[in-house]
Amino acid sequence: MIEEAEVDQLVNDLYELYGYDFSNYSRASLKRRIIRLCTLDKFPSFAEFRHRVRSDADYLKRFVEEITVTVTEMFRDPLFYKCLRTDILTTLTAKPFIRIWHAGCSTGEEVFSMAILLKEAKLLHKSLIYATDLNPAALEKARNGIFPLAHMKQYSENYIESGGINDFSSYYTAQYGQVKFDEKLSEKMIFSIHNLVSDRSFNEFDLILCRNVLIYFDKPLQDRVFDLFDESLAQLGYLALGSKETLKFSMVKLKYKQLGKEKIWRKIG
Amino acid sequence: MAENRLNSPVKAVVIGGSAGSLDVLLKLLPALQPIVSFTAIIVLHRKNSGESTLEDLLAGKTTIPVREVEDKDSLRPGIIYVAPADYHLLIEKNLTFSLDDSEKVNYSRPSLDVTFESAADVFGDSLVGILLSGANSDGTYGLMSIKKAGGITIAQTPATAQSAFMPQQAIVNVPIDFILDIPELISFINSLNK
Repeated sequence: MIEEAEVDQLVNDLYELYGYDFSNYSRASLKRRIIRLCTLDKFPSFAEFRHRVRSDADYLKRFVEEITVTVTEMFRDPLFYKCLRTDILTTLTAKPFIRIWHAGCSTGEEVFSMAILLKEAKLLHKSLIYATDLNPAALEKARNGIFPLAHMKQYSENYIESGGINDFSSYYTAQYGQVKFDEKLSEKMIFSIHNLVSDRSFNEFDLILCRNVLIYFDKPLQDRVFDLFDESLAQLGYLALGSKETLKFSMVKLKYKQLGKEKIWRKIG
Repeated sequence: MAENRLNSPVKAVVIGGSAGSLDVLLKLLPALQPIVSFTAIIVLHRKNSGESTLEDLLAGKTTIPVREVEDKDSLRPGIIYVAPADYHLLIEKNLTFSLDDSEKVNYSRPSLDVTFESAADVFGDSLVGILLSGANSDGTYGLMSIKKAGGITIAQTPATAQSAFMPQQAIVNVPIDFILDIPELISFINSLNK
């Protein structure tokens, strides 16, 4: 068992030695991830775990990879994607150029889902998707667009439920238990490291997606990130969150209007 | 009976289960008196349907307010909170909920172990953990955490559970304070109102 004070020590170490700031992460979840990593890597004590993090920059890489949650799927919450298809992309059609930011994109499954939506709406040629994450290993996976074949059945079901009418397998080629998605889809993606805790706005977007990232942040940090998104969104742009996340408690909520049931807000103020 | 075992007033009751435990809840909820001094938290294994029908289903059975948790909701006494499908539910020391979509635990998300352990961390000896019917061993480790933190552990009488495995596993592996059938569970929970 790890004490609260030990979590504090580790969080301090990470900031002082490496500049990673986990101090505003949801504490219960962060603590659980730390205990999980300690157990996974068979450290006999927290002191030894902390020593390794402090003294071994390579282990820090593993720490960041394992502490940050990379669970994701294609067309996650299919009705959300249906709403993107029918409501959001149709209003973006008129724009000469569409800029999308997928913040905290993890291993990229949702970035490829978006590219497929854009392709089917005949918008991909005039779109750019900026996909960012703080986890370099996850981002590398996203860049490659290679996912396990075993997941495709579920993804294909999600795709159909989201309103997709093509044969889902036409978007990838399968080999050795893996699939590689069509490189035409990734031509419009730009991958880069971005830490929502410490990095700034870098462009203006028509749509920002940040799904199931804010649940790991406490309220003050959520507010910082909402400000960052607000700064990065064009007038009448859209902000799309995870299925249990909300702008309801945020400082910027009055400038936004939620669209129906889905967790998508339009910037009106 | 139960009151004698309590060291401090109960602040939270966590109830978990999988297969068949919805039936238990549908019998349990109509018989509960309004809860006053504590918070109830329900974690059930179920498929991610995309619709929050569990909240509606349970809310229809009781006058106690039932809410599916949204990220960063506060825990308030007198309310029954339901863990959303496909997220782990954790409790912060400042008495707000956090959600977590990390790997499944015991093939389950939400996992009972995750919520029970987190609740034990926050509520210590003012927590009651109740494990209902189910077909896997999720919840056993969580009840152990509750026990270690000084809380009260309860398992549904296995013979009365649609799937006996879950409460049975806990009874074998954890010091269980009470093994109760549905009428006994009702009077136990009603007795916690102070």
